[in-house]
Amino acid sequence: MAQNGDHSHGHDHPLDNDLDPMAARVRALETILTEKGLIDPAAVDAIVETYAHKVGPQNGARVVARAWSHPAFAEWLRKDATAAIASLGYTGRQGEHMQAVFNTAETHNLVVCTLCSCYPWSVLGLPPVWYKSPPYRSRAVIEPRSVLAEFGLTLPAEKKIRVWDSTAELRYLVVPERPEGTQGWDEARLAQLVTRDSMIGTGLALKAEAA
Amino acid sequence: MNGPHDLGGQMGFGPVAPEKDEPVFHAEWEKRALGVTLAAGGMGHWTIDESRHARESLHPAVYYSASYYEIWTRALEDLLERHGFVTAEERAAGKALGSGTKPKRVLAAAEVAATLARGGPCDREVPAPARFKAGDRVRAKNNHPQGHTRLPRYARGRSGTVEAVRGGFVLPDSNAHGQGESPEWLYTVVFSAAELWGESADPALTLSVDAWESYLEPG
Repeated sequence: MAQNGDHSHGHDHPLDNDLDPMAARVRALETILTEKGLIDPAAVDAIVETYAHKVGPQNGARVVARAWSHPAFAEWLRKDATAAIASLGYTGRQGEHMQAVFNTAETHNLVVCTLCSCYPWSVLGLPPVWYKSPPYRSRAVIEPRSVLAEFGLTLPAEKKIRVWDSTAELRYLVVPERPEGTQGWDEARLAQLVTRDSMIGTGLALKAEAA
Repeated sequence: MNGPHDLGGQMGFGPVAPEKDEPVFHAEWEKRALGVTLAAGGMGHWTIDESRHARESLHPAVYYSASYYEIWTRALEDLLERHGFVTAEERAAGKALGSGTKPKRVLAAAEVAATLARGGPCDREVPAPARFKAGDRVRAKNNHPQGHTRLPRYARGRSGTVEAVRGGFVLPDSNAHGQGESPEWLYTVVFSAAELWGESADPALTLSVDAWESYLEPG
């Protein structure tokens, strides 16, 4: 197992002189579970590898770019997001029941899980720390405009905001508006404009100049 | 339960502070915490609902001072102890001291990709017809159960409109406590900000929760 690289404090560690408390705690648990044959460390490695490198917001960006390019796919995504997303190969854990919500000129969508950390893993990967933390979870539902401003996004006062609190097993993917000046772009180029935050609702798609 | 997890509308936690170019993991132990939590869940002895309830059952002082992977790890310790797999003495010793519950199964490395790609769908058939339909006015019940529930406090007692009937889903309130899946119809219910937060609320804001049928009454 790799060592924790950000070790900095200087007090004594009776059990393990190289690990901070959480690293030691997790290592103890993994050691015991492995000794008892309850987990396979190689399975742990495979899980980590999946979310470190294979499943991430590049998946969702591809879904959005396809929806921007193909009205029939967008319509499928609107009606049966789970199936439409599965057609691109993205399925499974924390994406079993997908809903796509589309930003429009009138309405901006924002996704939160006030009760825990529900997030559409199959299309966005693991959630960022801020998404799981009390400031975002407490405030997104009561003062979303202030939260968005902290992401550098200031919406006009008349722009409607719809907040989706992920209280059940539905997982929400925001489809941002397609940026102007991207007519004729292929899906791969369009996908470069689709940020993770734009699919949570804490951002917009990048402007055309960014790709 | 009215636990520390039920954060919607609470105040005093400060700014969100998004991190630029945030890495997927901030320390090696976070990787192991993720993998160990999922692999241990793969034994099949508890549900996602029981996991969530273990996390929200942490003492509030612990919950608010812990990172999310620490919350996961502490809850996993509780689940492993509750189900007879790992004792507190073993955790303190950092090694196995005896046998424990025999697992139903152990997730093998070769099964990880297929297992994650399959996930754990929780839609279920509900024999009875749905009580509500899109457009119906409903009120979220003002209940404060001791056990697990997924109706946030800010919505309790508030009136909204059914926007969509989502189908039948496992009821977390019973499933978290080993009392069966008891599937119910699930609805997306939309509230005005004024209904939830009062007259000074943003007039251009609406908010929805996904609510099981037993959370709702006409109104």
